Amino acid sequence: MSAVTIDSTRCKGCELCCRVCPQGVLRVAKQINTKGYFPAEVGDGTLCMGCCMCAVVCPDVAIEVRVHGVHYDFLGQ
Amino acid sequence: MTGGEVVFSRPESLRRTPTHYCPGCTHGTAHRLVAEVLDELGIRERTVGVAPVGCAVFAYNYFNCDFLEAAHGRAPAFATGVKRVRPELIVFTYQGDGDLASIGLAEILHAANRGEKFTVVFVNNAIYGMTGGQMAPTTLPGQVTTTCPGGRDVEQVGYPLRVAELLATLRTPGYIARGSLHGPEAIVASKRLVRRAFEHQVAGTCFGLVELLSTCPTNWGLTPMAACQWVVDRMIPYYPLGELKRPESATGQVAS
Repeated sequence: MSAVTIDSTRCKGCELCCRVCPQGVLRVAKQINTKGYFPAEVGDGTLCMGCCMCAVVCPDVAIEVRVHGVHYDFLGQ
Repeated sequence: MTGGEVVFSRPESLRRTPTHYCPGCTHGTAHRLVAEVLDELGIRERTVGVAPVGCAVFAYNYFNCDFLEAAHGRAPAFATGVKRVRPELIVFTYQGDGDLASIGLAEILHAANRGEKFTVVFVNNAIYGMTGGQMAPTTLPGQVTTTCPGGRDVEQVGYPLRVAELLATLRTPGYIARGSLHGPEAIVASKRLVRRAFEHQVAGTCFGLVELLSTCPTNWGLTPMAACQWVVDRMIPYYPLGELKRPESATGQVAS
């Protein structure tokens, strides 16, 4: 199982990660963060396969990805 | 979940300082690519960056390496000085299109023509971001900005400047490439280009420039997601991606 961790204080709510997630794990939170943005949050984290696409597109490097066990290689890297 | 192996986290060469960039601006992604390459090549301790004037003016706050702040457009001149005095250092400039393609065009052209062995990261978002969305030399035909509210008129101000192609025509060997930051696969491909440019500098081969097509959601008046699509629909057809020149193809012709 894999897991994404979003630093909600760094997130600026651009939603790029929500768009690229192939599993639909990420969504926009209903609460604003300290900057006044609606940050991304993890919905159903059990669907995450650790592909890192959200972290690759995040311009604020607010996402950390951990994998545990079987996961898919991202674009052969 | 706290167990498991960390497969993606902040590179060591990027400080934890939150950036001042607008939401969805891909400057942060460009910073991260450079930082990851510095980490991977193990050159952070001997790297000097040169920050531009423009949106990336505070780049020295975000990178965890030595940094200089250049006068507007003069980052290649600063980098030339550092690299010539201390050739063992790794020097890179990080410039936007207002800085490099407009006021600093003479500096970058002559630095590339002299074959200065530093690396340029050129972020092209087709607009002046920091000053409020004025027309840049790279603004696309018909694109609306605050100084061309009817869209860029190519009869009056000419066509957008393709800096990478311009530099690729020089006889001096160099590594010139163009990538984009609109989506994950483009970002992965761009990182490969940035890495190759830095590898050429580490090997002492040649000048390197990587142009990265970037978004400016605020001044384009689009959401971050629509801005990424705008890059695909409008920018990439005019600014084709790929390696335009490699040092081995130093014939003055643009490599295919």
